[in-house]
Amino acid sequence: MQKEATYCRNVNENPCNMCMPMGGILPFKGVEKSMVIIHGSQGCSTYMRRHIAEHFNEPIDVASSSLNEKGTIYGGESSLKKSFDNVIKVYNPGLIGVLTTCLAETIGEDIERITSEYIKERGLGDLPVVTVSTPGYGGTHTEGYFLALRRIIVRLARRTEKHSKINVIIPNLSPADIREIKRILRLMKVECTLCPDFSDTLDRPFARPYTKVPEGGTKLADIAGMPGAAATIQMGLTVEDSISPGRYLEAGFGVPLYDVPIPMGIENTDLFLNLLQQLTGNPLPECLEQERGRLLDCMIDSHKYNFQGRSVIFGEPENVYAITRTCMENGLFPVVVATGGKSNKLAELLKIELSEHHGEVHILNEADFSQIREKSREVAANIAIGHSDGRYLTEREGIPLVRHGFPIHDRVGGQRLLSVGYVGTTMFLDRVTNTLLENKYNNYRSLMYQEFYQNNGDANIYFKE
Amino acid sequence: MEKAKADNFSITERKDFILTKGRQKDQLRCGEDSIAGVVSQRACVYCGARVVLNPVTDAVHLVHGPVGCASYTWDIRGSLSSGSDLYRFSFSTDLKEHDVIFGGEKKLTLAIAELAQKYNPKLIFVYSTCIIGVIGDDLEAVCKAASKKYKVEVIPVQSSGFAGNKSAGYRAACDALLRLIEPKTIEPGFYKEKRKKSINYLGDFNLAGEVWIIKNYLKQIGIDVNVAFTGDSSYEALKKATGASLNIVQCAGSMIYLANKMDELYGIPYLNVSFLGIEDTAGSLRKIAKFFNDLEIMRKTEELIKNEKTKVSAVIQFYRERLTGKKAAIYVGGGFKAISLIKQFKEIGIDVVMIGTQTGRREEYETINDMVDDGTVILDDANPSELEKFMMEKGAHLLVGGVKERPLAYKLGMAFIDHNHDRKHPLSGFVGAVNFAEEVYSTVCSPVWNYVTGTGAAFPAPQRAKII
Ligand code: SF4
Ligand code: SF4
Repeated sequence: MQKEATYCRNVNENPCNMCMPMGGILPFKGVEKSMVIIHGSQGCSTYMRRHIAEHFNEPIDVASSSLNEKGTIYGGESSLKKSFDNVIKVYNPGLIGVLTTCLAETIGEDIERITSEYIKERGLGDLPVVTVSTPGYGGTHTEGYFLALRRIIVRLARRTEKHSKINVIIPNLSPADIREIKRILRLMKVECTLCPDFSDTLDRPFARPYTKVPEGGTKLADIAGMPGAAATIQMGLTVEDSISPGRYLEAGFGVPLYDVPIPMGIENTDLFLNLLQQLTGNPLPECLEQERGRLLDCMIDSHKYNFQGRSVIFGEPENVYAITRTCMENGLFPVVVATGGKSNKLAELLKIELSEHHGEVHILNEADFSQIREKSREVAANIAIGHSDGRYLTEREGIPLVRHGFPIHDRVGGQRLLSVGYVGTTMFLDRVTNTLLENKYNNYRSLMYQEFYQNNGDANIYFKE
Repeated sequence: MEKAKADNFSITERKDFILTKGRQKDQLRCGEDSIAGVVSQRACVYCGARVVLNPVTDAVHLVHGPVGCASYTWDIRGSLSSGSDLYRFSFSTDLKEHDVIFGGEKKLTLAIAELAQKYNPKLIFVYSTCIIGVIGDDLEAVCKAASKKYKVEVIPVQSSGFAGNKSAGYRAACDALLRLIEPKTIEPGFYKEKRKKSINYLGDFNLAGEVWIIKNYLKQIGIDVNVAFTGDSSYEALKKATGASLNIVQCAGSMIYLANKMDELYGIPYLNVSFLGIEDTAGSLRKIAKFFNDLEIMRKTEELIKNEKTKVSAVIQFYRERLTGKKAAIYVGGGFKAISLIKQFKEIGIDVVMIGTQTGRREEYETINDMVDDGTVILDDANPSELEKFMMEKGAHLLVGGVKERPLAYKLGMAFIDHNHDRKHPLSGFVGAVNFAEEVYSTVCSPVWNYVTGTGAAFPAPQRAKII
């Protein structure tokens, strides 16, 4: 039985999402030699940098135009222009992204005009600057992510000769996941432009000397060539058309778009690989076959344990969908599925996905953590999967949390978590199953003791578990 | 002081905010707005206000604004509570486009109503964020009306982020606290007899139980803590702040304003103290004892200091032997912390070669300048590239900083000390001094650095091998 709820409320109590410009920073970090300026007050950019730095454990240099009182009253034009000057001087970037905050939007800053004026004044015609209007109150960090990515492509894409490369649009995954997707693409001998690619920039190997702008990221020239590609594969089933990068390439340049789920779980990964085979005509290499076989083995090994899981899944829509599917495949039936923003597409997808589900499941749209907690308690969830902000589920409800997604700020290694492809899914499943097992080992002796020794089986604790 | 060479900086406007200590007298510029586009490490007014007020345990902390500001500040501080834990929740009015256009007052009213009903708190702080000032919500009026209607004290915190920096937020927080304290004014001499040997402890946020450590020391010497501002404090306790005969101020950057006000309004004098490092802790306890001019207190104080020192001195000596000669770089939020750190490092044989703060005050920079050796770089409102440059140039072995600075140090192959509000171990008092030394040792002398080779190493491998 599915129950859906969108919350109307006056207070957001322990938010399950972040704001637009924060998400907007990430794709820029996956573009070669780029720097970001946040146009607005200093605090926003500092908070966002702190959040991103904690997750990736990487220095996150993001400039702020540091609007002060004067700038707020008389407009922030000179602050933004000065920011350009200073960022160019210190970082010598190949591309600059300009994102707005609530404040800049509220006072009506026209960043597009200021930017083109600046470029003219300084004679910087060659320097690509991508402006993105990202009022924090206008959407979630997920929406900010895709909008910024789309704007990057809009700014750089050029009508080019048709070529055989494939565009691959990456959502907010871990650098390890991006590296795994690249490995799969290499094994499948797919020529592609992967965008954005922060697999190196936000998870760089220790090396000397230190460089302020990390090596790596999608090349500007490659982005420029995206309109000539044979197809776009976008891991963005839940992305609204208006902010969908793939949709733009399709509508503007006729590049066929294949929206696919994140290749996590056996079915999603099969789908991804079948699509690659179909588009390239290349066969599935033996090693991937083997990896698939091992995943199947893993699924069988742990299926009984997973059947005891009653999962709470939360986070960004695209992740939530992929995890839900993976849980469903393994009999780890979700009881609460939630996202912080409003995502109609996710709600639709979940309805179909969860139709196989025979128990009770609650789909929460625009949820905050107080609702997620309440529901989880009510339906006796026993495992949670999502980012670190769900930690109160463990602290206050005793529900163990398998950390996944962004942000992970209370553990190390968020950037190294691997969960995609057959290999990644295997690792993800093991993490989940072992968490269930650990919980079981910790509790079953005392539970049995209470149930059958102390209470003669009257208390039914065992069945409630 | 000699100005560092101009060609050191690609951004000329930053020149006056950086000094190398030398013979010439020259003033460091500080306390100004950040320069646009220089990647300042500073936070905002709201951040400052939240740091100070957040530890009030039984208050509802409601952030009036879009969701992001509340999302990024949810439970990111290590303040502990002996009672309520309502303060660890993050409440936001989650303003949307519609509210920005039509104003957020209605939503705020409804939010307060909902929270008052659900949690039945005695106190609600309503923080203003950047756009509130711009869209013209009358926070004062909404809070006043709600206070009356729901019989709960609702205090607006004027912390719009753009009007200054973190220090302005400290002040906004102090103003909010002042509104709590009762009575509003007193007759001169009213409390003279009523006040006992009881003090308020200002500027400690009970990170990892630091307030408790100091409370225990004071109890041992016969002095009660009336209330701490604001570590592990509650509505009722804060209200009664006027019952103390003395205020001691630790984090002066955030609390000196409140101390002055309480002196002015209630005639409560204050002393500056510091419980960071062995010497400061001992000195501060003596200072307090001396204030009360009570032989018994003084005797107990000496006894406590002697006991505690014997307990820790061997351990400190162990670390000191292994750390002597290392060089530290410091980049922290306020001047008080920076100054204490110089002393703490001295205690374990470490010299400071670079030191800066986000919001240090002029007097604090002067003190810093007097304390450090010639050649030490002092900077205000630094950015990552300056930090990188001077740490490398000065051959620092470790950096003390916050979350944003940590990855930079690590990428440079440098040890790092977490000195932020997030920390999980106490650095105050005698026990804190040991923790500090231990943390420095754990990062500077970790074997991992032996495997970090290549050019530009902060400390070349052979030299390290000898020292350890
Ligand atoms: S909007 Fe203002 S108050 Fe909120 S984080 Fe940004 S600078 Fe701080
Ligand atoms: S919600 Fe708006 S004001 Fe708050 S941090 Fe995000 S951009 Fe800044």
